[in-house]
Amino acid sequence: MVRQLLTDFEDVEEVNKQLDTMGYNIGIRLIDDFLSKANVTRCSEFRETADVIAKIGFKMFLGVTATVSNWNADFTECSLVLDDNPLVDFVELPETCQGLYYCNVLCGVIRGALEMVSMRTEVKWARDMLRGDDAYELRLKLIEHVAEEYPYKDDD
Amino acid sequence: MRAGSREVAESCLDGITMEMVATYCDRLHSSKPDLAARRIEAIGFQVGQQLAERYTRDRPRFTDHLEVIKFICKDFWAEVFKKQIDNLKTNHRGVFVLQDTRFRWLTRISVDSPLTPSEANNTTLAAAQAGGKYLYFPCGLIRGALTNLGVPCAVSAEIAALPACSFIIRIKV
Repeated sequence: MVRQLLTDFEDVEEVNKQLDTMGYNIGIRLIDDFLSKANVTRCSEFRETADVIAKIGFKMFLGVTATVSNWNADFTECSLVLDDNPLVDFVELPETCQGLYYCNVLCGVIRGALEMVSMRTEVKWARDMLRGDDAYELRLKLIEHVAEEYPYKDDD
Repeated sequence: MRAGSREVAESCLDGITMEMVATYCDRLHSSKPDLAARRIEAIGFQVGQQLAERYTRDRPRFTDHLEVIKFICKDFWAEVFKKQIDNLKTNHRGVFVLQDTRFRWLTRISVDSPLTPSEANNTTLAAAQAGGKYLYFPCGLIRGALTNLGVPCAVSAEIAALPACSFIIRIKV
């Protein structure tokens, strides 16, 4: 699919964006699947959320685990380092695609899933082995908690 | 699970499949359904070629076209869709029809129940149209696999009644 997108768009940045959008659309549905199977309670803080994604989420969907690290001072930003990445089996990036984030779908999935549980986030790849780094590291940043909106006001 | 093979959750594959169809049919080429179909089929073709290679690595070469088709119906289908093709027909002149009475990707599609007989007709049509989008990729998959295994062909699909469908293979001479 990534290969086809590259053929259709020819611009690596555009492909990155498409992958992120597709991931987002998948994520907003995947969260229901996760919540129905994972038996987790509501996370009280972002630290817990990151742990749940790393230990339970990744395991459930991709069969791998991630470690959480590199928290910033107020615990709104952290890194998720994957111990393995099944999306990239048999994949090599040619020279013409050096700006590509092959696994950008994952960023969108996490962002979409978290938005459905009221967290607006930014998810980016910090390290990508297909681009020559030594690990797969996602940088997860909480932008804000979004208050849940109810369609009817109580006092109307 | 074979040693050394890895698996991801099926919901991931469902997610990607649905999103691929939505992206190409609704977002990128909403006014050109044929173009969207060709793109998705092309993705399937690539994947089919690679899967065929992977699944036949340890096997001896196939002796004739029928052997290849049977491989698709049994081993290949089982690897990809966790079941075999239910029915294989041929006219012995290069056309094969593969029937799957419960195609995995069509089991998730639902169409509202009809209220009147005329609505019933529309429902069948709507179902066929809705489901048809999800058959471009499998057609490409089959075409890619067969082509890589030495059987050049054209593949199309038909939905008789959800979730059953048929794949029609026409071998090119």
